[in-house]
This record gives sequence, C-alpha cells and structure tokens, in this order.
Amino acid sequence: MPQYRDEGIVLRTQRLGEADRIVTVLTRNTGRVRAVAKGVRKTTSRFGARVEPFGHIDAHFHIGKSLDILSQVESFYSYGATLSQDYAKWTAGQAMLETAERLTPEEKEPATQQYLLLIAGLRALIKNEHDANLVLDSYLLRSLSLAGYSPTFFECARCGDEGPHRAFSVEAGGTTCQECRAASSVVPAPATIALMSALLTGDWNVADASELKYRREASGIIAAYLQWHIERGLRSLRMVER
Amino acid sequence: MYEGSLQDLIDALGKLPGVGPKSAQRLAFHFLQTDSATVQNLANLLLEVKQKVKSCKTCGAVSETDSCNICNDTRRDVSIICVIEEAKDISSIEKTREFKGRYHVLGGVISPIDGIGPDQLRIKELTSRVTNEEIKEVIVATNPNLEGEATAAFLVRILEPSGVLVTRLASGLPVGGELEYADEVTLGRALKGRRQVS
Repeated sequence: MPQYRDEGIVLRTQRLGEADRIVTVLTRNTGRVRAVAKGVRKTTSRFGARVEPFGHIDAHFHIGKSLDILSQVESFYSYGATLSQDYAKWTAGQAMLETAERLTPEEKEPATQQYLLLIAGLRALIKNEHDANLVLDSYLLRSLSLAGYSPTFFECARCGDEGPHRAFSVEAGGTTCQECRAASSVVPAPATIALMSALLTGDWNVADASELKYRREASGIIAAYLQWHIERGLRSLRMVER
Repeated sequence: MYEGSLQDLIDALGKLPGVGPKSAQRLAFHFLQTDSATVQNLANLLLEVKQKVKSCKTCGAVSETDSCNICNDTRRDVSIICVIEEAKDISSIEKTREFKGRYHVLGGVISPIDGIGPDQLRIKELTSRVTNEEIKEVIVATNPNLEGEATAAFLVRILEPSGVLVTRLASGLPVGGELEYADEVTLGRALKGRRQVS
C-alpha cells in the first residue's frame, strides 16, 4: 500500500464506527488530508491523545481507497493542552481551525502558506503577547488574503483610486471611493480601517494600541467579509468570546 | 436489490449506528427467519421504549418517571454531583462502585466547530442545582479529550463564584498498562497529577 509522511495540524476529528475517528489534518506538503485513525477512542490507543484538534503532529499515512489511514503519529506540540484551559482562547483557536478547513476546499491540494500561517496564529495565541481576538482577526484577514481575497484598506477596491476612503464594502473587497460606493457599504471609523490594515500587515504596535470600540467594529466587519467569501458563516466564530 | 418491505427494512436497519449495508441485510434476513412472536415482541419493545423513556427532570438521565432511581435514592450523597456528557456514562461510573453521589447529564460538550455552545447544553440547570441544593462538590467527568477539557474549563469559570468545590477526574495510565507504551500526553498528565503515597 503506498504511503507518505508529512507534518500537520489536526483541524478536526469525527467519530467513526465503534472506536475509530476520521481526522482532518492540514499538512505542510500535501494540503488538507482526511484520514482514518483506527482504535483511537479506546483507552489503550497508543496515539489517541496525539490526534486531538490543535495537535502539531508528524504523521505517517497509508493511501486508502476513499480515505487514507493514519498509521503512525508523533507529536511535536499540543496547542490544545494550553488553549483548552482558557475558554476565550480556545474558542478563538477553534475559529482558526474552521477557517483553515474552509479555505482549503480541495483535499490534497498543497496549501503550505495556509499551514504556516495557522501554526504562526496558534503560537501567537498561546504566547499571550497580543489580545486573543486581535490574533484571531489578524489570522482571518491573512488567511483570506492567502486564499486570494485580500481586502484593500487604502485604494478604492473597484476603480483603484488612491485613498484614504471612508466607505468599506464587503462585496467590493475593501474601501471604496464616493463614485464606486455601494448601497450596502458601511462607514467605519478611520481608526477601525487603520486597525484592520495593521492586522493584515502585522503592524502590532498599531493593533495593540487600538481602543476596544474600534476592535469590536473591526471584528464585525472582518466576520462579514469572511462570511461573504466563504459563502457560509463559520459556526465557531459565533461562539468566540469577544 | 430486493423488493418492497424487505428492502425498506434493510435500508432502515442500515441507518442504525455501526450497521453497514451487509450487516443490515443479515439482520433483515434474521428477522425473516425468526418466528412472528419474537419479532412482534421486539417491535413492541421498540415502541414502548420510545413512548415510556424520558429524561429525569433533575439530572437529565434516562428514566421512565419524572425523577430517576438515582435521584430518588435517599442513601446517596446529595452534596456531590458528578457531571457527565451523556446518560450512558452513568453506567460506566456506576460499575466502579466508587461514587455514591448524584449525576448531572450535560447532553454533550461544547464544540464550536459543530455549532454546539454552552446554551445548547444543560449548564443552566447545573448552576441552578448548585445554587438551590446544598452541593459541596461538583466532579467534572467529561471525556479527557480537548472538547471535554474545554467544557470543564468553562464549567469551572461558571461555578467558581458559587464557592462550590469543583474537581476533575484524574488522567493517567491505564491499570495493567506499561510505561513503554504510554503516549507522552497521557504520561505527562499522569506525572502532573501524581499523588503522595508516603
């Protein structure tokens, strides 16, 4: 049976049969993989604890007919052990995992940048250097950007007219000028647009110094922007403690 | 493949958990070969269980009355509540014969990715029991996986203001197992949760 080895982050697990699980892993080289982990729900399982969501693993897969089989797993780090102790961070992390899954729609299509971004996001979440919600919003913007949905925060998203512009249109993909402004546009505070831009580019000095009311406004816009592009709302995003 | 009711039965059986198309076919033919009285009895039991069995109003366990046998048992310690995910977990804990308190069934665990939040679980009922009954200890016995741990962390946060003692089931090595075969996460937890013996 052909096999391959790759490292990855466990995105989710689903129960299968009596004692098995289907494990979805975002791998470095192979992309998103769904594989069967046999017997991992039994207490005698040798690698059940390693294939929990948020686990950074080194995995050995056997290529199966429909799903691959996860045959060996070594753990690099379990982000979940830290995150599950803090409910707010855990919900933020869950939203990251769901986003990563949704923005890698094709199985086994390499998505190395998404993988690296997810690891960076989870590391930032457990390091406590920035507010968990800022880390999540930054991750959402950057993962959308990697998927080809990068929003503009300066030029007009429709005509390219140089900004700054006040109106933000989810459908247009960013700020728009007066002429291109759509009826459904919102007019966030300039500080909110500056915050979103900082989150996209990773300017943490600006992001960390932002006020709570601008963070809340930015979170709402980013959630709407994400929902527009992935077409369905993220279940876990609704449960993130803001 | 088959005609009429036989195929309908195979299809219906195939929807049961853990029953694939082949097992469904085998079961359907077993029913065909079994005498009518036995099959009638099984059909009656299925209907009866659906009509009679409901949730205990206090703990959420399955019961044929408003209050289950465990909640009605006056010999049990009413000051300790063991919080479990599903009603079927009660039998696992009862088999240990180590727990003499009462239970509280959450009805699942918090799983944002599946759209299950605290509001979908029986957490309000738990806080109400802790407030209204004389509870001294709440044992959180959710499964030792990530969702179970996060649900436990959430319960600790919710119950802390009431001043009740909240404990968590220990994690560690299975009895009869060997260190060599233990994974590092379980072994790590066993070390963290070690107890004094002298």
